[in-house]
Amino acid sequence: MEYTYAVQMKGITKRFGKVLANNNVDLDLRKGEILSLLGENGSGKTTLMNMLAGIYFPDEGQIFVNGEEVVIRSPKDAFDNHIGMVHQHFKLVDVFSAADNIILGEKEEKLPFKEEKQQIIEDALANNAECDEYEKEEHDGVLSYLTAPKRITDKELKKRLSLLPWTRFARSVKFNWLKKNRAGDLQGIADKYGFEIDLKKKIYDMSVSEKQTVEIIKVLYRKADILILDEPTAVLTPQEITKLFSVMRKMKEDGKSIIIITHKLNEVMEISDRVAVLRKGEHIATVDTKETSEKQLTEMMVGKKVDLNIERATPHDVEDRLVVEHLSAVNHDGIKVLDDVSFTARSGEILGIAGIAGSGQKELLEAIAGLQKLNTGDITYYDPAKNNEKVDLRSKTPVQIRELGVRLSFVPEDRLGMGLVGNMDITDNMMLRSYRKGIPFFLDRKNPKKLAEKIVDELQVATPNTQTPVRRLSGGNVQKILVGREIAAAPTVFMAAYPVRGLDINSSYTIYHLLNEQKEKGVAVIFVGEDLDVLIDLCDRIMVICGGKITGVIDGRRAIKEQIGSLMLGREIAFDDENKNKETAQNEAE
Amino acid sequence: MFVKFLTSAIRLSAVFLYGSTGEIIVEKGGHLNLGIPGIMSVSAAVSVLAEYSLIKSMGTSAPALLVLIPIIVAFLVGALMGFLYSFLTVTLRCNQNVVGLAMTTLGVGLAGYYMTGAGAKIMIVARASKYFVKLFDVSGGGAFSQIFFSHGILVYLAIIIAVIAQIVLSKTRTGLNLRAVGENPATADAAGINVSKYKYVSTCVGCGISGLGGLFCVMDYMGGNWEYVLEGFGWLSIALVIFTLWKPALSILGSIIFAGLYIASSYIEGISFAQIELIKLLPYVVTILVLVITSMINKRETQAPAALGQSYYREDR
Repeated sequence: MEYTYAVQMKGITKRFGKVLANNNVDLDLRKGEILSLLGENGSGKTTLMNMLAGIYFPDEGQIFVNGEEVVIRSPKDAFDNHIGMVHQHFKLVDVFSAADNIILGEKEEKLPFKEEKQQIIEDALANNAECDEYEKEEHDGVLSYLTAPKRITDKELKKRLSLLPWTRFARSVKFNWLKKNRAGDLQGIADKYGFEIDLKKKIYDMSVSEKQTVEIIKVLYRKADILILDEPTAVLTPQEITKLFSVMRKMKEDGKSIIIITHKLNEVMEISDRVAVLRKGEHIATVDTKETSEKQLTEMMVGKKVDLNIERATPHDVEDRLVVEHLSAVNHDGIKVLDDVSFTARSGEILGIAGIAGSGQKELLEAIAGLQKLNTGDITYYDPAKNNEKVDLRSKTPVQIRELGVRLSFVPEDRLGMGLVGNMDITDNMMLRSYRKGIPFFLDRKNPKKLAEKIVDELQVATPNTQTPVRRLSGGNVQKILVGREIAAAPTVFMAAYPVRGLDINSSYTIYHLLNEQKEKGVAVIFVGEDLDVLIDLCDRIMVICGGKITGVIDGRRAIKEQIGSLMLGREIAFDDENKNKETAQNEAE
Repeated sequence: MFVKFLTSAIRLSAVFLYGSTGEIIVEKGGHLNLGIPGIMSVSAAVSVLAEYSLIKSMGTSAPALLVLIPIIVAFLVGALMGFLYSFLTVTLRCNQNVVGLAMTTLGVGLAGYYMTGAGAKIMIVARASKYFVKLFDVSGGGAFSQIFFSHGILVYLAIIIAVIAQIVLSKTRTGLNLRAVGENPATADAAGINVSKYKYVSTCVGCGISGLGGLFCVMDYMGGNWEYVLEGFGWLSIALVIFTLWKPALSILGSIIFAGLYIASSYIEGISFAQIELIKLLPYVVTILVLVITSMINKRETQAPAALGQSYYREDR
């Protein structure tokens, strides 16, 4: 059986600075199929798709659409090639109706003036030639006179040509006028694929799933044959997912080719014809869904365990420091971001949190830090200074938490948004934690300056001096300053979200070392990471979170990468320990 | 008395109507232009200069030109100021409030400086003002025609422009695209709309329309005189934008209310100077009331464009 390809990407490479996001990726999409794109965070799925959608431009490689090589430099080019992408973050105007959002930016298709003029002349000539033909034949009767084609005289042609600017203008005005029944006109597309939506409804009145529907209709309205859906199911309820899948199947029957990015294995198995797996920017394989299993996909996705040589001391004097019970929270869209989360963070231990990005890690840490509103649940802190006396942290503000004497340090994911102020220098950023100290009303700059100098010195921050605005420093140095400041507060609980994201190897190891140091000091460290190899080598216990739920807690020393991978995808698959045992045996032998 | 009050209110309302229609068009593109008072002043001053040189060179033999050319000049000067404003805020992404206030200070100052020594010129220009003031002869008309048909051409032009602006904003794709730019420029950009072009054009057109308000103020309302009232009128126009919930059609009514409140003190007998100033405050009080009420209703359609005052830069998505 022979396939024709809707899209072929050949040897695509994309770099962001030093980071290689996509390395020589080949991907092909057959006509009329649903292809799943599977991969961990940072495996380059979205980057790859953004190059099809015209957001990024590849550094190397070729893209073929329907067998022809194309250059896609902007979203408009993508539309011209009938490629449409529904992004994770919807691009809709809130106060507009769905219909207005769909027709937004639509341009009138018109020929250049000269071409249209030429066409009118050609049409007239063709018409007159037809008349010549007709007259050659014999016709009689009155009826034939009526049906005879009419000749366009030179005078009439001249008139038409002179009126052309006006007819063009009138057409533009007609196009420019917003039709009263624009929603009704679009309803046809919605009905064709079985979308249930009121196109007159305003976006701000819509649920997430309705907004997504609008985005999909928008893409279809622009005549896209190749649809890219970036994690469309992440924000939907199970019922909505079922509906989306039925719509996708209808689109497939209609001959559309679809690429869907998803992290959920059951969805991959359910909806797709083939699965392409990416790992660390490289294309691992594309397999037929029928011929693969969830287990095989997980293995392809996470890859072989790589040893990183991070030291890991055995925890000592372990005691419960922070106990979280039955935590639940919803975001402002009303979607559950934390669902009955319970765990314990112990002193002298590093607790790793693994999960696909956006599974609730951020909300969990912010809940502990007092930044996230909770629906249910308890957070209890055992104060070592007061003989492990219980302190209730639930629904406290960060200031209240500090006033209770809880030494909680938090390195947020968004360093220059939540952690530091980019325009202020290092000393001022140190003061963000200490501005309340000292004589009221007057600021104490001496101690923060000392601290800043100490951090710059000890962590080898590459900066001209402590007066440099933080935003001018590189990512690694910014992170060192933030981690340094948080450690300087002598915490008993230290939380870090993706502390090594975007850092080079050396800076990363500095951060690992700092985390280990804290652990040795008896701090309860909570580390949210994305690289499974790091999590396995660094953490004493690894907690896996998926869709706001804890799907498992694993001993870091006995963790199997594939198993964590499957838990992250919400699937418990048994992986035998064989490989791991072999490796350890080898290591020991060496 | 009441007829006279209404007539004057409608006449003065044109200043506010030009100012607010222009400002609405600018704000719909996401730009808060606080430079309106300055733009009005400069437009007024330059069109007075244009009128002066016209009369100097050709006398008053062609009244139509004496009306038409200042209108074009005032619009172009306003548009030029708008171009400067958009260059600073769209291309260089400067803070809109700062640029706007700077333009007000600059415009009011420049116009004042020029006009201080221009007494003689004003005298000459005043001669042409009569062509602006009278459009219809209503000497025999009753109260109705007195109120509605006794005004100069610029009053009617203001209403026509407001109606057209309303239609374009709410009924055409151009308006839809412009509103999208002011609400969510990133979305508009992704939909293939040239955000910068829309911002530039809307700002220039809006400022041009505001400039006509300056011309009207000098040539019609003041009858060819120069007084330092334009800045106040400019601020009131900006307040009027909020009062009318960003709708030019509503602005026609709103401007009459504002004008009525502004001149009401002259029609109330036996009040002190202090009380006059207090009554002149009423438009601002009404604006604050409208703000309070609309924020309490909290309907999304009555709010300012969501991206108002924010610079758009494609790369920081």
